[in-house]
Amino acid sequence: MNGEIFGFEINIWLDALARLGLAVGLMTVAAMALIYLERKVIARFQQRLGPTRTGPAGILQSPADALKLLGKEDLRPKNADPWVFELAPYFVFVPIFLVFVAIPFAFGWQIRILELGLLYVLAVSSINIVGWVMAGWGSDNRYAMLGALRAAAQGISYELPLVIALVAVAMVVSLPGDVRGSLNLGEIVTEQGHIPYIVWQPLAFVIFYVAMLAELNRTPFDIPVGESEVVGGPFVEYSGIRWSMFFLGEYTALLLLSLLGAAVFLGGWAWPLGETVAEQNEILGVLYQFGLTAAKTGFLIFTVFWVRATMPRMRVDQLMAFSWKVLLPLSFAQILANGLVLVYGWPDVLLLLASGAGLVLLAVIIDRAVKRPAERPGRPSGALEGEAAT
Amino acid sequence: MVANTHEQEFETQELLINMGPQHPSTHGVFRMVLGVDGEVVTDVVPHIGYMHRGAEKLCETMDFRQGVGYMDRTEYLANFNAELSYVLAVEKLAGIEVPERAQWVRMILCELNRLSSHFMFTGAFGTDVGVFGTAFVYSFREREVLLDLFEEITGDRLMYAYFRPGGLAWEVPDNFESRVHEVLLSAERGIRDMDGLLTQNEIFLARTKGVGAISAADAIDWGMSGPSLRASGVPLDLRRDDPYLYYPQVKFDVITGEAGDVFDRYHVRLKEMRESVRIIEQCMERLADGPILPERLPRMLRTPPGEIYERTEAPRGEYGIYLVSQGGNRPYRLKIRSACLSNLQALRDMTIGHYVADAVVILGSIDIVLCEVDR
Repeated sequence: MNGEIFGFEINIWLDALARLGLAVGLMTVAAMALIYLERKVIARFQQRLGPTRTGPAGILQSPADALKLLGKEDLRPKNADPWVFELAPYFVFVPIFLVFVAIPFAFGWQIRILELGLLYVLAVSSINIVGWVMAGWGSDNRYAMLGALRAAAQGISYELPLVIALVAVAMVVSLPGDVRGSLNLGEIVTEQGHIPYIVWQPLAFVIFYVAMLAELNRTPFDIPVGESEVVGGPFVEYSGIRWSMFFLGEYTALLLLSLLGAAVFLGGWAWPLGETVAEQNEILGVLYQFGLTAAKTGFLIFTVFWVRATMPRMRVDQLMAFSWKVLLPLSFAQILANGLVLVYGWPDVLLLLASGAGLVLLAVIIDRAVKRPAERPGRPSGALEGEAAT
Repeated sequence: MVANTHEQEFETQELLINMGPQHPSTHGVFRMVLGVDGEVVTDVVPHIGYMHRGAEKLCETMDFRQGVGYMDRTEYLANFNAELSYVLAVEKLAGIEVPERAQWVRMILCELNRLSSHFMFTGAFGTDVGVFGTAFVYSFREREVLLDLFEEITGDRLMYAYFRPGGLAWEVPDNFESRVHEVLLSAERGIRDMDGLLTQNEIFLARTKGVGAISAADAIDWGMSGPSLRASGVPLDLRRDDPYLYYPQVKFDVITGEAGDVFDRYHVRLKEMRESVRIIEQCMERLADGPILPERLPRMLRTPPGEIYERTEAPRGEYGIYLVSQGGNRPYRLKIRSACLSNLQALRDMTIGHYVADAVVILGSIDIVLCEVDR
């Protein structure tokens, strides 16, 4: 049995290995590049220079850090649960890398073309929460435990809006032959050749973006790893290679979800003119499509850095309330509206109108919530006065 | 019954979380043990004393001029204000008349120091609420400019020891006035940046409004002072209510908050910085040439027997010096009334019932300097 990779005939096992190696190798390099970029970008936001010493403009900083981490001692706390502690990084690291199998980079440039690609991506990428909880539980550290519990709650809460926002798009994909709906990422991208889905589904995009920040545990949802509260959360006790695996996993997940957002909402490689250029010249077309994917992904990643440089952290109850009371109902309303439009065959403009109205509603809700002062959850007012008297 | 046995088997325990003395968000070496029920704080036990160095006792072995240096080391973010309290106490006890120019320069430096101290606060507070370093760097940019000026004047970035009983150690540099104007411009820019970065940020508002509120009556009971007290709506400002230096001659507003929550404590400080800028501008107009030390200052400063309590409005509140002299050239007993120690007492009252994340923000909003708490 022979497989085929980029036009070369190859033994199927070798083929699988080659694809895996490609994914791991590329993504490791990409993650290190992202770490470097984040340091540079945030440094500019903060009027600093960032890394400058290692290599020209500091580009060797990430490899240097990686080498340093490899050389460090792999410590394990005495009371830690050895199996859980040691295995946790793999549960974070492996699923995220598996996800890359289904991501389209350019027309036909996909490690595997999966018919249920979107479902696969969502299913596999959410496994990494298990790794976070394992890390927190296995470390025998209270900060880690608290961080892990927060991560679990957050992961579950934001998985739902994320999935439903993507479902909203998957519903409205219009395929040739008047068929609606697809989970094939390649098809989803191809159908955006003229208008990307962010235009039809702005609310879904906003929900996706917010949920993505939360899934990635990035500011303003970096509650599980909040440096000033739980000192790094589940990773407090990790060092050396295991810690760097978590770190690599985080940045790879950032890249992954940005790629997914670029593909599903921003038109991936297809918009604008992705196919037209490919028809003119094959090689140029592939390069152009790669460029489009990279530009859109890069833009999304840049906004994530931007948010990190300027936003404070939300509190855990606000985070949960925002997901369950605001994002989830709105995303349900979105698929409800989509469903109505599709079933009755109303014009597509209604998709845009409904989604835009939802966006306005979201803004109003946030505005009202911000203006209301917080209450003390654990203490009715005046309870302490009796205590002080005794 | 089943539910009952179930409860006995799985007893709910309060989880104790130790924060500090080494924790990224305890300001200085402060330790607090939080009892938490899930994410809600049920108890707070603060531990202080890691920085106790016996500054008060040490001052008893130093003559009145040497003591100034120790004030720097208690309140290391507002050294001029700390020095001022001590110097004013000694002057009053010894009956020294201070020349006018020295007083104006002292006022300018104290207000500049208030600016640098509050910049430190906004930076650290920004980090507490979770802005990744940006508020910190923006604040420190302006604080650095101020520290540069202090270094030009006193020769030191942190431990100035520039005030003397009777006046100043030496004359300010020739370009003092132009430098102060430059520094004020950058400070105003810094305040604007903070307004843009934090005050108008939705998440910042959501995190700080209504958090750690303390009523005016409670705040007075705990002996709070300074911006933390004014945030609760008590318009007590020693610069106006128990005036010293030439504060009665300058115009400024006493800023008060309403809710006494974390946001008010932050906002009062930020507004206060604008008032400081106003005060300095007025002082610069009044600053005239003249001597900086009295003409006849004894080589060995002695005070008649007596005792005195002298307090000033430091950036964190009332910084008081209680000085007992039995004659001679050194204090018999010196007691520092620390603003931070009193303000910190209210921490438990403010924190219980809030989330763990809020505990960090509340602690940050009190703006403690541990060296002053422990002395």
